[in-house]
Amino acid sequence: MSAARMQVLSSRNVRLLSRGRNEVLAGRSGAQRPGGDPRTRSLTCPPMSSSSSPGRALSSLSATRRGLPKEKMSENGIMSRAKVLTIDTMNPTVKKVEYAVRGPIVQRAVELERELSEGMKKPFAEVIKANIGDAHAMGQQPITFFRQVLALCSYPELLSDSTFPEDAKSRACRILQSCGGNSMGAYSASQGIDSVRQDVARYIERRDGGVACDPDNIYLTTGASDGIVTMLKLLVCGEGTTRTGVMIPIPQYPLYSAALAELGAVQVDYFLNEEKCWSLDITELQRAVNEARQYCNPRALCIINPGNPTGQVQSRQCIEDVIRFAAKERLFLMADEVYQDNVYAEGCQFHSFKKVLFEMGPEYAETVELASFHSTSKCYMGECGFRGGYMEIINMDDEVKDQLTKLLSVRLCPPVPGQALMDLVVNPPQPGEPSYGSFIKERTATLSALAEKAKLTEQVLNTVQGISCNPVQGAMYSFPRITIPEKAVKEATEKGQQPDMFYCMKMLEETGICLVPGSGFGQKDGTYHFRMTILPPTDKLKILLNKVKEFHQRFTQQYS
Amino acid sequence: MSQQAVNGVAHRGRVLTLDSMNPNVKRVEYAVRGPIVQRAVQIEKELKEGVKKPFTEVIKANIGDAHAMGQKPITFFRQVLALCSYPALLEDSKFPEDAKKRAQRILEACGGHSIGAYSTSQGIECIRQDVARYIEKRDGGIPSNPDNIYLSTGASDAIVTILKLLVCGEGRDRTGVMISIPQYPLYSAALADLGAVQINYYLDEDNCWSLNITELRRALNAAREHCNPRVLCIINPGNPTGQVQSRQCIEDVIQFAKEEHLFLMADEVYQDNVYAEGCQFHSFKKVLFEMGPEYSNTVEMASFHSTSKCYMGECGFRGGYVEVINLDPEVKAQLIKLVSVRLCPPVPGQALLDLVVNPPQPDEPSYATFMKERTAVLSALAEKARLTEQIFNTVPGITCNPVQGAMYTFPRITLPQKAIDKAKELGLVPDMFYCMRLLEEDGICLVPGSGFGQREGTYHFRMTILPPTDKLKVVLQKIREFHLRFTQEFS
Repeated sequence: MSAARMQVLSSRNVRLLSRGRNEVLAGRSGAQRPGGDPRTRSLTCPPMSSSSSPGRALSSLSATRRGLPKEKMSENGIMSRAKVLTIDTMNPTVKKVEYAVRGPIVQRAVELERELSEGMKKPFAEVIKANIGDAHAMGQQPITFFRQVLALCSYPELLSDSTFPEDAKSRACRILQSCGGNSMGAYSASQGIDSVRQDVARYIERRDGGVACDPDNIYLTTGASDGIVTMLKLLVCGEGTTRTGVMIPIPQYPLYSAALAELGAVQVDYFLNEEKCWSLDITELQRAVNEARQYCNPRALCIINPGNPTGQVQSRQCIEDVIRFAAKERLFLMADEVYQDNVYAEGCQFHSFKKVLFEMGPEYAETVELASFHSTSKCYMGECGFRGGYMEIINMDDEVKDQLTKLLSVRLCPPVPGQALMDLVVNPPQPGEPSYGSFIKERTATLSALAEKAKLTEQVLNTVQGISCNPVQGAMYSFPRITIPEKAVKEATEKGQQPDMFYCMKMLEETGICLVPGSGFGQKDGTYHFRMTILPPTDKLKILLNKVKEFHQRFTQQYS
Repeated sequence: MSQQAVNGVAHRGRVLTLDSMNPNVKRVEYAVRGPIVQRAVQIEKELKEGVKKPFTEVIKANIGDAHAMGQKPITFFRQVLALCSYPALLEDSKFPEDAKKRAQRILEACGGHSIGAYSTSQGIECIRQDVARYIEKRDGGIPSNPDNIYLSTGASDAIVTILKLLVCGEGRDRTGVMISIPQYPLYSAALADLGAVQINYYLDEDNCWSLNITELRRALNAAREHCNPRVLCIINPGNPTGQVQSRQCIEDVIQFAKEEHLFLMADEVYQDNVYAEGCQFHSFKKVLFEMGPEYSNTVEMASFHSTSKCYMGECGFRGGYVEVINLDPEVKAQLIKLVSVRLCPPVPGQALLDLVVNPPQPDEPSYATFMKERTAVLSALAEKARLTEQIFNTVPGITCNPVQGAMYTFPRITLPQKAIDKAKELGLVPDMFYCMRLLEEDGICLVPGSGFGQREGTYHFRMTILPPTDKLKVVLQKIREFHLRFTQEFS
């Protein structure tokens, strides 16, 4: 009997996958939990395990069962030689996960690099991976002070080395004293090292012009991604039309869509306005939430500011509108603010959601639930490999907080070197300290180079016919719109590829430049884009932009 | 549509409450950092503030956190990490050449020669190669393919990821996962979070917590009535139980997994922590391959390792890896996609793992110091394992199996009926009541056996053997006195 079960299950998964998004949603909205069915046990079929509701699962079961082939099978329901874990018998929500930033195009880029190193002839000498915001990989040097402190923390014997500045030593001592056994090798508290959380709170207060911040509301994380997924996990519940819906911008950073797919939550798209420099429009938020209420329970609103991949910086007014909207529609706000130091355009300024929330008065400040995320990976430091980050939560229910702490404790603690680095980011050298001069110099050099590269990218791309590029106001990417000739669209479709994937793949093969197609982030139907990081050194970036330009012209000519 | 109708809660209530949060998360429990540890942290704070207690410090024997217990890091490892963090030190003549060489090799494998760059999601390639070579050496030459190695954020991360791949189905088709009882509660927590069905098989306390195939079969057959068992998890050496599996037993388990078509998960993070005479660590992979192609070509397996345990105890770096064997290629592609969403494991942890699998060699300048430090830690642990067993077994009402390996003792404690009644009155599990009292009276923080699972009517606690020998003696003595006092009070 278990034989039949397993076979049925695999066919169901295949069917589920081949369904379109709308069919899935339609299926979900019609489903009711069959409480009386003895096969449905609440303990073993919980809501988050799959985006499918038990109701629909059961109806597909019976539907498929009728056509079941009668083969001889082993105890476990598959041919005795088959594997336990196959594409048909694995977690269906994992199959739905997509993450374009490291998708097929990047895999091909890695292959090309290998081929080059094996001496194969290519029309280019190196692969330029402009697909990801990986500053150090693009040649950016680490902040000296940060790395000195990390070296001291790693090998405390160096504390007696006179070549290290005193402020680096005192930071290292402070961090080590908060570690178990004075070692970064000890587990920290699951919420993160106390003194680091205190420093984060003070940093936020300074950033927000004195708005109070409680270290108890700070949770250190393994990069911002970890914090975002954890918060989403807490929020997901319900089945069918009561299933949690999460509003995300389109274009979005695909961590969100990936996490929602994995958690079986409903992704609710709201579109940014490309014509108005990718700005966020409350009417569009309202449209999205109203439509979503037909088939799910929208409970969270995610904002990325400065925008990834779109590079816009939200105005203070817009943030206020969003907060008001969240309060009115009872949405939990998630503010992804990892690019908070990356603002380049004149007249633009970073406003934290928390600051604006508190400036709107107690009616908002005491009610709107907010989580804000930050990271060591971006800004001027670009320390991606350390996986440091934090989140601040505002107005979270105390009982839920306990649950959050419990959930985090299972993974023991975020990596301690990443916590140490986070501490340095929020508590850098101060005026009067020996390292202050060189720190400011390094920081300014990076940020002003980025500002220059942001302008350069916009300028050069906008000289190309068929490419139009919004100003890169902030963050680390440009997301230009590209016109793809009808013939190219047709050829891509014949190959079963998205037109912009086809475009980017060709560019990679011909020029060695690795970009991410816009389809990986989401875009309005019929429009095409790519995401390119502005991180390469200026000289290299110029060459890269020129190559993109030439490729686009060649491509357009070839297909017109 | 009114707000109330839409969200199903009163207008003034919060969006996210205990009633409206993910129900799976609510079911998660993790005793190793549970209420007793929270209380311990509170007491520490109280002590700091000058509150009078019958003790002067809290000893957190709840967790296998070697450095927190005063164990010193391996010098070579930390030298290389300092060099990787701040490459200007490569010019410094105080650092030995082999440390510099290792640091350079790691940095060359990093984007932009910086540990601040993201690595590939599967982990830095040359580190995966080193891991593969380490496994080959460990397993007497059985080949290991770097493509089968996935670096992870501690072993926990990899264990949860593999479990996540395996979970599917609804109702009676829902994936069941067999775990030992007592277990390390990461497993029960992950299964609750994933909504998988936990299938308990009991270790045999009377036979030194050994694993019994008859019991595996009983558990499996019973589970088939209500779920689809697809996975068998083994922890060897055992956590919290400290047993080391015999080669024969591992062979039997593999045979059982093959017969019953189960995916094997071998948690082998304590592979260097074997103390008892006559005991030896056998990796599941080695035994699998020695059983011949009928097994080694078919049985699907994942083996986990970490930088947190063994002689290095570098928990804070969150380094680890999983080796997968016979994993379906399509599933492998899914695994790579899944891990790519989190970008990469922390690079300092990857670097540290590289050093663990590729430590100083006999002809290198750091070899002697490395060996001295390593041996000192492991022999002290062996001594403490023996000491713990001996002392506990002198206490009437405490019986303790030999600590053959790992880092914990899991003694059985006899609790007087009156104490059990009192605990129930307070709404506490009896061994939680016991451990809470011990914490309040002596400042010693242990984890009650109920957090790991135990046969009904039996009570235990888990204590790490990591404190320095002198301190461990004091701890053991204090527990002894507490137990006698507690027994007297409630009899």
